[in-house]
Amino acid sequence: MKVRLLDIAHARSGDKGDTANVGVIALEPRWYAVLDQFVTQKAVAEHFRGMIEGAVDRFELPNLGALNFLLHGALDGGGTLSLKTDAQGKVYSTALLRMVIDVPDIIAKRLGLPKAP
Amino acid sequence: MKEVVRVAAGQGFWGDDLDAPRRQVEGGQIDYLMLDYLAEVTMSILQKQKERDPSLGYARDFVGAMESILPAVLERGVKVVANAGGVNPRGCAEAVRSVSAKRSGKDKLKIGVVTGDDLLGRLDELIGQGHALANMETGEPLSTVRDRVLSANAYLGSEPIVEALRGGANVVITGRSTDTALTMAPLRYEFGWGAESWDQLAAGIVAGHIIECGAQCSGGNCLYDWRSIPDLANVGYPLVEAKADGTFVVTKHPGTGGRVSVPTVSEQLVYEMGDPHSYITPDVIADFTTIHLDDDGTDRVSVSGIKGKPPTDKLKVSIAYRAGFKAVGTLVYAWPDALDKATLAETILRERLDRLGLKFDRILAEFVGANATHGRLAGDGRDAPEVQLRFGVRGSDRAAVERFTREIAPLVLNGPPTVTGFAGGRPKVEEIVAYWPALVDKSVVKTKVDILA
Repeated sequence: MKVRLLDIAHARSGDKGDTANVGVIALEPRWYAVLDQFVTQKAVAEHFRGMIEGAVDRFELPNLGALNFLLHGALDGGGTLSLKTDAQGKVYSTALLRMVIDVPDIIAKRLGLPKAP
Repeated sequence: MKEVVRVAAGQGFWGDDLDAPRRQVEGGQIDYLMLDYLAEVTMSILQKQKERDPSLGYARDFVGAMESILPAVLERGVKVVANAGGVNPRGCAEAVRSVSAKRSGKDKLKIGVVTGDDLLGRLDELIGQGHALANMETGEPLSTVRDRVLSANAYLGSEPIVEALRGGANVVITGRSTDTALTMAPLRYEFGWGAESWDQLAAGIVAGHIIECGAQCSGGNCLYDWRSIPDLANVGYPLVEAKADGTFVVTKHPGTGGRVSVPTVSEQLVYEMGDPHSYITPDVIADFTTIHLDDDGTDRVSVSGIKGKPPTDKLKVSIAYRAGFKAVGTLVYAWPDALDKATLAETILRERLDRLGLKFDRILAEFVGANATHGRLAGDGRDAPEVQLRFGVRGSDRAAVERFTREIAPLVLNGPPTVTGFAGGRPKVEEIVAYWPALVDKSVVKTKVDILA
């Protein structure tokens, strides 16, 4: 079943130089396992392909039901150098929540995941 | 020893709600008010101000804030910790003293001034001694931009603030302290946490991280269930109620708007997060994967379980340098085919800049309303009712950037149709002051604490 991250998680993003960070937090504690299994480093790098210049790092925070992603080279130089509207990476949060993942039906049903519109 | 110490946040950056400090001291019982004024490039702005007038170079909003909260400081014993000193903490302290001079009880004001973070005058000495001050992102040595450096400040930790409080200060003014130290230091002082009480120090840092951006942990900029967050017009800024064992509750004053909940605090915890296992500060490395949050009733979240480990032998240094010029111009195109028109305008503009022989390090065109923030993820933008072309250039040649600013307006008459939104006039050329993060050995930074009575 297709599941959109916006329907199962919330997020906040910010910057450190030319790197944007996106923290993604499961809306229900039991949905963290879905984030952990399906929102992989590779999937996120693919999601942002062509939009960022560097690599993607992933860190797990199971205590907060959250994953943290670092998107390197995401801010056109970052800070005051950047010409971007979102020079400080404030809205990469919802850009990641646009991502749609494919979850096996049996897991989606057991966890009561909403279906992507 | 107090059982519970209350530290409230009254300012999340220079430019934050001017009235928040007053609301924090009047809205309920607190022991400390912490005010964070310094973002990454703030120091360089302050350095420029000090060059024009040697009595300036600090966050002037702080003086107004102090005026509004002086009764609480002088009569109720609320203490204040702020990094408002910028590149002139002593000048900041003098300004605070002069606004308090007319008040009764002014003799109770004892201002602790923390200095030693400013390395600008020592850069050549440090480079000469072999400190490369290499850029933490690119690895380049500072010598490559040395002649363009405007300011250089080490991020100081909690120790000098604790020393000032021990010396009897009820207002502590620092230069470039870490944001988190402003919260952790009062807790460390009140509870007598030792330099190796790693878990408690880490807890103080986490408390600081949660409240350092002001209302961003109490309902502001909160994505979770944002429509239901009440009364943001009267948003309550956060405070922590901390205990000696390092556990604390995040809350806000009664009767205020906003919300403190596990989701609002979680969003702030992940904000600007790097590797959550190693949140590095001068005092301790905090492990954010050990943080445990619990709902503790309405607008109360309890925080526990935090682990810390010894810090490194380095301090981060915030260096600002001149990095050329930039300008951004905008035009708005209306339906139908708004994106196509804006795209054609971009093409024309690029060709004209080319014909003029202007060279830039970077040109960026964005289409606000179509894909400026989410790029190709936003879809094709074909139905957009309007699109703003946002066209920016950056380069080392000021004259080229200046010339670019004259190329926007002509498009209104000689470019694609249904264009508007140019009333703001020509774009402004801005000098870029860029941020150069580096590390330096702790041993070379000597902090100093003075108490002005």
